[in-house]
Amino acid sequence: MYKSKKKIIIAFLLPSLLGLLVFKVGAMLYSLYISFTDWNLFGSPQLIGLANYIEILHDERFYLALKNTLFFIVGYLPLVLILSLGLAILLNSKIKKVTFFRGLFFLPVITSWVAVSMIWKGMLNPEFGIVNTIIRFFGGTGPAWLQNPSYVMPAIIITTVWKDIGFLAIIFLGGLQGISSSYYEAAQIDCAGKWQQFKSITLPLLSPTTFYALIITIISSFQVFDQIWVMTSGEPTADLVPVMVTEIYKNSFQYQQMGYATALSWVLFIIIILVTIFQNVMQKKWVHYE
Amino acid sequence: MKTKKNNVVVYIMLILGAIVMIIPFVWMTIVAFTNQDITYNMTFKNVINAWSLDNFKNIFTSYNTGRYLFNSMFVAIVTTLGQILICSMSGFVFARIDFKHKDKIFLLYLATMMIPIQATIIPQYILMNKMNLINTFTALVLPGMFSAFGTFLMRQHFANIPKALEEAACLDGAGFIRVFFQVMLPLAKPGISVLAVTGFMAAWNDFLWPLLVSSDDTHTTLPLFLSQLQGRWYVNWSELMAATLISVIPILIVYLFAQRYFIEGIQNTGIK
Repeated sequence: MYKSKKKIIIAFLLPSLLGLLVFKVGAMLYSLYISFTDWNLFGSPQLIGLANYIEILHDERFYLALKNTLFFIVGYLPLVLILSLGLAILLNSKIKKVTFFRGLFFLPVITSWVAVSMIWKGMLNPEFGIVNTIIRFFGGTGPAWLQNPSYVMPAIIITTVWKDIGFLAIIFLGGLQGISSSYYEAAQIDCAGKWQQFKSITLPLLSPTTFYALIITIISSFQVFDQIWVMTSGEPTADLVPVMVTEIYKNSFQYQQMGYATALSWVLFIIIILVTIFQNVMQKKWVHYE
Repeated sequence: MKTKKNNVVVYIMLILGAIVMIIPFVWMTIVAFTNQDITYNMTFKNVINAWSLDNFKNIFTSYNTGRYLFNSMFVAIVTTLGQILICSMSGFVFARIDFKHKDKIFLLYLATMMIPIQATIIPQYILMNKMNLINTFTALVLPGMFSAFGTFLMRQHFANIPKALEEAACLDGAGFIRVFFQVMLPLAKPGISVLAVTGFMAAWNDFLWPLLVSSDDTHTTLPLFLSQLQGRWYVNWSELMAATLISVIPILIVYLFAQRYFIEGIQNTGIK
């Protein structure tokens, strides 16, 4: 239909293709190269083979970062999945004003991580924060959340759950709306109770969505950075809860160890790929496609 | 009767949840307009009595907040416009024009969506450093303009437009550029809207990339400014919350007007 196809392709596709080749593909391959070198940004990178990767395996901070990430996942994942699924079910019921509520629950999703971290940092402040004021109101005493090493991670988990519920609820809502109502009608004829319906219809038919939600939450758990960086900065716990990305950031932009930092980022990349593959294998066991 | 009772339970649970969602925003607003000590005794009367704009006056007079607000706005708008233009052009090519290895190149696009930013951000920084672009707006906006997801989204939208419309325009003698900008782009408006809100939100809220490439006052964006405000060892929480509120309002306004595109963007892609 168009006469000068070549010109069109060059003018229209090239900017995008070049950008992706430079900033994604090229950058990724370049970081793989740097991960085999010793380089502090000045001078030229010295090839040192696998030394960075071997160093990672002996680095206590790396294991601490993994441990913190696992702790985060164990707390965050079940909480956020159960609460957002519950919310999605509520939002899926045929009641008025449902879009109003959906809009409200979505507010934290559009708010930046830095803003959310600031607000929660203030709310969790042991002196004037509203969280401990509420706990006091019910007769308890709240901890010094961000100053106490044992409470930092729970505080970060609570904040992250609060921010992500609306996001995952929208994903679940999409899945719920895809389930044909004829299943529920048939169940009602059989006099199946609400819980029975949830267990035998909703959960199995929703499993592709649950699978998807699970994958993206696990991947994003490994990539947590903003909230930990902002919420612990200036606090005594600032250096006590390293995760993968805080370590990548520190090694690259504070210690200028580009080789070591890129090696860390490749380890993170590999972990993400492994998680995805593992999930894909496991899904055959519990995900039901119609 | 039973469903009515159920509905009441649903409402109660939704309202309780909504309260939990809204408290942090209310707390931020109250502290921003009063002072942090208000929390000790947050009665309605105390809040009304202490209500003032002082924190906002201070935040704009003691700091370059106007400048940071402009920077954030400029970076977000330019990134979004660039992304829309680049992605709709490439999306159009993938939807409408056949060429050698098209499928393979498109697969490459999809594959890049898998790469986490942590694997690319250090080389991107090094590149900016080598090109002497640290502390420039170019560095702040450039990498964000290229989005494989955006290309994919626009391809889907262009592919759904009936070919007859284009053919009619071509028969009228309109050139390719005119067909694209005057016929195709307006028809792909829903896709562009999704791309616009997701792109704007990502750029407006971004923290890590600006943290790397801007270290001077002229290129500080609002999220960076917020983190600097609390980095000092004495934190004025009322001013900090006023600044936080300032950073939240623009995205909130966009959200109020384009809520459905935010939701659509997430349901179609699962990208925050």
